[in-house]
Amino acid sequence: MSVGALEAFALVVRRELCLSFRRPDQLLQPLVFFLIVTTLFPLGLSLQLSLLRDMAPGVLWVAALLSSLLSLDSLFKSDADDGTLEQLALCGQGLTVIVVAKTFAHWLVTGAALVLASPVVGTALGIPGSAFPTMMLSLGLGTLTLSWLGAIGAGLTVGLKRGNVLLSLIVLPLAMPLLIFGAGATDRAISGTPAAGALYFLAALCVFTCTLAPFAATVALRITLE
Amino acid sequence: MNMAVDGLGVEKVHVWRGDRHVLQGVSLTLRPRELLHVSGPNGSGKTTLLRVVCGLLRPEQGRVSWLGQSISSVRAEYQAALAYASHEPALKGDLTALENLRFAVGLKRRVSAGELRASLERTGVAACADLPARVLSAGQRRRVAMARVLAMSASLWLLDEPFTNLDAAGTNLVSGLLQSHVEQGGAALVVAHHDLKIAVAMRRLELGP
Repeated sequence: MSVGALEAFALVVRRELCLSFRRPDQLLQPLVFFLIVTTLFPLGLSLQLSLLRDMAPGVLWVAALLSSLLSLDSLFKSDADDGTLEQLALCGQGLTVIVVAKTFAHWLVTGAALVLASPVVGTALGIPGSAFPTMMLSLGLGTLTLSWLGAIGAGLTVGLKRGNVLLSLIVLPLAMPLLIFGAGATDRAISGTPAAGALYFLAALCVFTCTLAPFAATVALRITLE
Repeated sequence: MNMAVDGLGVEKVHVWRGDRHVLQGVSLTLRPRELLHVSGPNGSGKTTLLRVVCGLLRPEQGRVSWLGQSISSVRAEYQAALAYASHEPALKGDLTALENLRFAVGLKRRVSAGELRASLERTGVAACADLPARVLSAGQRRRVAMARVLAMSASLWLLDEPFTNLDAAGTNLVSGLLQSHVEQGGAALVVAHHDLKIAVAMRRLELGP
């Protein structure tokens, strides 16, 4: 009996999560990086809460961007290296379903984990509790968009031996709007002014990449498979 | 017309790798109950041909057809009908042999754990079902990869050097599996650099250097 696309999606997500949890060191690396970088700032800066609060959105977002980038390199690479990517490409489901599932699973273990950890970091950086919902929503939208941008970059660089530098060069410039609007939304939430404008922009970017990036990443991956 | 309407057809396929003309107008047909042995020296394009046949590599010229239609137009049906084993065993070291099979075969068809264990049993690695693939020997991994091919219950087997790392018993086992697959109406394209000892009608395609 043949397998539907949704069933295949669920199976690949389960496979990815299973693989991630078997490698706790790799799973925790982005999260630990995020926590360390963001908590070093309050220690390094003077004890002026107002200064810390002014810098908090930028620190939070730069750390989130860099820690998401850390794990992007391995999105398709390990599967390409051991030959399982070819098996996935020939499974009869179409490569797009596989790419969507793998990227979503990647976001669950990196982006979603950062979102959940962000209140701890927010407290350390002196962000008021009232700004947490906006901060978490903006980080959620931003990291999901970043996972999709990263999927295109990872697809393009999967055939290269040390592709992670090139991957950063491809992804970071594309991620600039996320940094600007994400940090902007958090900043406005801290100062108590409406952040809806920046959040809408982040949501629009997220929808844009969610709809188009799967196809771009699939094409990139197919080219490198050849 | 050199086209198999009831099987696989490859017509005048050309592939270049940079300046190298790797496949120079290769044609072949493969029908049910047939086994085609592709051989040739290293670098003659055996694996490239297999990747073209799978649809992983698009040839610059020529056509690959399945049941008379180009494989790009019947991609899903074609992929459902084929089982490919590359020269890598394609197993995740962190997953057990059984999980590897479940995640690979489960994308092709609904399959029970019992069926997967049965195919591991047929390739003689049932005892390794719950061990992580990284602790298995190269020969055991090859057998697990063969179990994956079996579990896919595909009609077309595309195997790249399936005898690598296997001991004498393993070689006989894979030969026996190929024989029963062909006798039951399946087709197989096997890339191997040495002679095959399989008691079925076999054609041979020798690729030049």
